[in-house]
This record gives sequence, structure tokens and C-alpha cells, in this order.
Amino acid sequence: MKVYRTNVMLCTCTMCVSVGALAIRKRLEEEIKKQNLEDEIQVILTGSSWLCTRGPTLIVQPDDVVYQFLKEEDIPHLVEEHLLKGRPVKSLMYVHPETLYPIEKLHDVPFYRDQRLIALWNRGIIDPDQIDEYIARDGYKALAKVLKDMTPAEVVQEIADAGLRGRGGAGFPTGRKWEFCRSNPNTPKYLICNADEGDPGAFMDRSIIEADPHSLIEGMLIAAYAIGASKGYVYIRIEYPLAIKRLISATAQAREYGLLGEDIFGSGFDFDIEIFRGAGAFVCGEETSLIHSIEGRPAEPAQKPPFPVQRGVFGKPTVINNVETLTNLPRIINFGAEWFAAIGTEKSKGTKVFSLAGNINNAGLVEVPMGITLRRIVYDIGGGIPNGKEFKAVQTGGPSGGVIPKSLLDLPVDYERLQEAGAIMGSGGLIVMDEDSCMVDIAKYFIEFTKDESCGRCTSCREGLAAMHEILTNICEGRGKEGDIELLEELGEATKEASLCGLGKTAPNPVLSAVRHFRNEYVAHIRDKKCPAKVCKALIEYEVDKDKCTGCTLCARNCPSQAITGGKKKPHSIDRTKCIKCGVCIDVCKFDAILVTTGESP
Amino acid sequence: MSKLKPEDLAKITEKVKRTMLLREGTGRAKVIVHMGTCGIASGARAIMSALMKEIEERNIKDVILTTSSCAGLCSREPMITVEVQDQPPVKYVDLTPDKAKEIFAKHVLSGEIVKEYALAFGSERVP
Repeated sequence: MKVYRTNVMLCTCTMCVSVGALAIRKRLEEEIKKQNLEDEIQVILTGSSWLCTRGPTLIVQPDDVVYQFLKEEDIPHLVEEHLLKGRPVKSLMYVHPETLYPIEKLHDVPFYRDQRLIALWNRGIIDPDQIDEYIARDGYKALAKVLKDMTPAEVVQEIADAGLRGRGGAGFPTGRKWEFCRSNPNTPKYLICNADEGDPGAFMDRSIIEADPHSLIEGMLIAAYAIGASKGYVYIRIEYPLAIKRLISATAQAREYGLLGEDIFGSGFDFDIEIFRGAGAFVCGEETSLIHSIEGRPAEPAQKPPFPVQRGVFGKPTVINNVETLTNLPRIINFGAEWFAAIGTEKSKGTKVFSLAGNINNAGLVEVPMGITLRRIVYDIGGGIPNGKEFKAVQTGGPSGGVIPKSLLDLPVDYERLQEAGAIMGSGGLIVMDEDSCMVDIAKYFIEFTKDESCGRCTSCREGLAAMHEILTNICEGRGKEGDIELLEELGEATKEASLCGLGKTAPNPVLSAVRHFRNEYVAHIRDKKCPAKVCKALIEYEVDKDKCTGCTLCARNCPSQAITGGKKKPHSIDRTKCIKCGVCIDVCKFDAILVTTGESP
Repeated sequence: MSKLKPEDLAKITEKVKRTMLLREGTGRAKVIVHMGTCGIASGARAIMSALMKEIEERNIKDVILTTSSCAGLCSREPMITVEVQDQPPVKYVDLTPDKAKEIFAKHVLSGEIVKEYALAFGSERVP
């Protein structure tokens, strides 16, 4: 094997590719050649490795130096300075948000330092297209162990002892689910990996598969052996082309090594995986709809029970596990149930992967031990709120979850605590909102999403969400009336009660939790026709601060509706009948002279 | 490739071990070649090539080879720093490829410091 002294780990996740990582790769290889370093330095393409909104990023190993926001023109300097002369380039490093000092080492960046990687064990360290690199990180060792030394019942017991719970959102104990299926005499049995990640702002499953597809394959092999399945599906949405490509390549390599197929490791155990591409309907993330979709039927939910472990795909016992649940398995087998159970809280063990998004400095993929407080996620790992704004709330669980207000920032994150607060763990979307977010508007956004994605089978979900959406629209547009809040609560509870599947049962959560934690804001919209966050266009007005305006005419020239008038060096004014409240004047004004008011319209 | 047997995993791991240690940034020893402009001008590239060749030929897996900038003693370049785990780093000066090979064989592989080429213990401090 060829020897290199340095590996340049270039992140080529979907996000980094979309901001030009492949052009960076080309330039890197050209410059390395130019400096005659091609025998010493190798460029490796990895999956998502750290801060997803700071791409393109790369990590130089063994120096552990990380660079962000790379541009093609930075590369010649970077190659000459760091790769040839050994002088890391400070101007391209992560800058600490408070000290403003560049941080050289990846593992010193607070975002990275406070994480605990189990599901993301291999992130950014291996080339996802090289099975040998996965094997060198203890890959397929857990599979060899279960096939050689453990009975299926012992594997189920090990996972039950570890206390692993489903990471897809509901948190059902994985060991228990498996036992129902394992002890079912009906055959054949199936294993399905649910990679139909649909929550807005969530990208855990995609990132895991892009960075480390073999962890998922090994996890599926372990699960299949435990439940007695010889066929597995990965249900993944067609919107994830890179993840699908890496998964296809990984399954092909595993097949070549005999790790998928018949008589794996000479143990007599057979298993293979079929990749099933979903069309991207949100309801397919719900397990009974997902099963119908694989069977070629309309993706609508079914009554439970019977549960999939009793009657699943093609009427046979089926276990459906989420991507993250499955990728935890190799580590649990290798390190033992006791090790895993020591991490986390009393009822929620291990770690959870979150995709941190919204108004936060370090947006990206994080894996933290269960029980960590929201404050630590938002401030220590997330680096706080940008532009000096105040934290307002965090939405967990996407459109099925709820908002958690500032007063609950010290809430330890586990399944039970989040539920008590009116939110859910969900699959791991974590959207941070600052003071400029309107809680009516946010709730309206999520209800609009679930209203559109409702399959329409249950009247409660189809009509209930539509009615709630209409009320929320009315409130945002100044037509809210007394009793609307109570009506929203009643409709929400009824929709939850009467809907068949998880979509309808959770869709009202964003509204119900917002009403619970931010009732005053709803009252202000309805009673005073005020939007405290100054977001709802019907309730705000723009005006010019005559004292601050210097009459530079910049806003008047940029206004798309010619609503601003005023002579040079004279204070301007805004014609409210023409103003479309687009905010362009605020963006261009250099003197903070544009004011937004609410509830003061004549 | 034929079907894997459980014992093949260890063989593959051994084959890729050097690359993995490099990525994890851990090794039994680290050899730093000083590659400032002064270093390169006095022949650091040749030192680097010689060391790369040693590692390749001897099939060494647990030694990391990396670069650093000028160590502040430009008149004594080319220089290398050898850091064996749990021992203070040692700086070697006025090197040639042959001297570098000797240091690699004696100090890095056998733990015996080559006093005649050594300048001092310790490393320059970086703020």
C-alpha cells in the first residue's frame, strides 16, 4: 500500500458539494501536483464531518487542522503554506465567536469538543467508498462476534440491556420490538431501515449514510440476525442522490466481500439488502404507510394493531428501525451493553444525533449524550445566537414536535423530559429561533407543511389541519377573534385523538406547544392586532426615523414599489399605501433610520 | 476478492493501519521536518523524501511524518524534530538524507538518541 505523510480530508457531503467542494478538490489536486507533493499527500473525500454551514471545509491529518469557507483562490496559498512548508493558515480557520481568536485544531473547536460520537463514530475519518477503511475502524467486527459467539436471543437481550430506544422519534425500546418479531413463528421475516427523513431542517440520516454507509449495513446485519430476517430494505427518499449512490457502492463492496449474500462469514446466515427509493411523501416516514409504499400500494397508514412486527410488509413480521438506531448497534456489540447503558439518563441511554439549524452560529450535525441540557447544545456546542440577538425558543421534532421556551433552557434532553414540555425528541431536528421569530407565524408554517403532506385518509387530519391553518392565517393577517385560541386547542386535541397515524397524531403539536408557552403572543395578535416579533406583515408598518435619516436617497432608489419619497439631504417618508413591507429599505439603510412598528396603525 | 472469513478482518485492518493512525493523529512517534523557506533552500525536501522512503521500505505503520515551519535557527537547517511518545522532543540539525536515515533507524525505531547530530531537547514554543 502506498505511503502518504498527510491526508487532506475534504468534506463532500451534499451541502459542501453544493457550495463548490468538487471545484476545491480539483484545485487541491492541481496545486499538490504543482508543488511535487503528489507522492506525499493524498486527498480523501469524506462525508459530513463537522460544521455544515461553513463549507467547503477540510481537515489536514495528522495535524488535526481544520479549514472552513474555502474558496478556489485560497487553495494555492494553503497548499504552499501548510502542506509544503508546514505553516497552518490562520485566516482560513474557525474563529472563536467570543475571543475572535482562530482555533487551529479540530478537537479544540468547542462545537466538536463537547460531542460524543457513537452513531457518527467514523464521520470525517474514513472514505465512505472504501470498505477496507471501515473495516480498519473495527468494522464488521461486531457482526463476526454475533455470528460466531451469540444466539439471536442473546443479541436481542444485549440490545435490551443496553437500553437502546428507537431514534426515529417515538423512542420505543429496540430490544422489545425485536423480541416481538424474533418470537413470531410466522416466516419469512423482514427488516426495514427507515431512511425517509422528511422533517424540514433535519439531515441526520442523510449525513450518516453519506459519511459512513457501512455502519448502517453492519447494523442491519446484526438486527436481521437477531430477528431472523434474511431480506432487508432501506427505504430512502429519491431526494438524497448522494446518500443513495454511496449506499449502492457500499452494498456492492459488502457483497463482493461476502458480507451480504449467502452464508455470511461461513455461519449459515443469509441476508441481503434492497434499496427502495421513496418519492418523498412525508407520510411515508410513518411505518404502515412505508410498508404500503414498498408493497406498491398507495402510501396511506393502516390501523395499529396489528403492528408491523405482527403483520408487516407482505403480511409478514417486520421490524422497522431508523438509520441512527441501526448505526448504534455495531458499537453496542463491540463495547457491550453496560458501556452503552452508562451513557445518558435513567430511561434514555446513549447519545442522540441532532441537526442543529436556524438562528445559531454553529449549525451542523451534533451527537451528544442524552440528558445534556438545551443550554449546552445551544450555547456551548452551537456557539449561541448570531448578531447578538436573544434566544427565544427551540423547536424539536420538526412538524411533529413543539417549541421549548427560554425558561426551559436547562431542561435535560431525553424522551420523557421533552414530552413533558409538550415537544418530542423526534428524529433529531433542532431549530433554534431568536427574538425576531413570531410564534404564530412558525406554527402556521408547520401546520401548512403537515396540511400539505396529510394523505387525506382521516377526516380529522385532512380537515382539522386545514381549519387550523385557516385560523392561524387569520390571526397573522389581523382577522383573529376572541375564542380563536380555544378553538385551536380544541381542534388540535381532536385531530390528535381521531387520526390514525403518527402524522395526524402529532401535527397539532407545534400549535399546541406554542399556545402553551407563548399564549401572550397569540393574545397580542388577536386582541391588540400586534405582532411583538414584527414578522406578520399585516400587523406591522414601516416608517422613517426623521432624526436619523440623512436623506441619502439610498432607500428610495432601492424600494421596489417606489413607496419612499424625499429630496436629497432631506428626511424621507414612506407611503403606507404603496409599501409592500419587503424590508429592502432596512437592509440598505446605513443609519438605522427605518423603523418597524406594530399595533400603532391609524 | 473471495468471501471474507472473520480472521480476514484483522489482515485488512493491518493493511490500512498506517492510514488510519495518520487520520487519528496518533502514532508511537512523530518526525517533524522543518520546511520553512530556509529549510527547503538547504535541502529539507530531500530529507523528507529520504524519510518517506524509509517508512515505505521498512513498512513502518506507527510513525507519523509531518512538517512544521522554520524553527528559528535558519543557519542550522535542514532540521528535524523527533517526538517519541512520552519522551521530550529532540531537535537534530545540519542534516543530510543519510544522517536523517541514521536518526530514523536509531532514535525513531530503537529509541537511541543520536547525540552527535542533536541540538537540544525541547521544542520551540508557539503561542
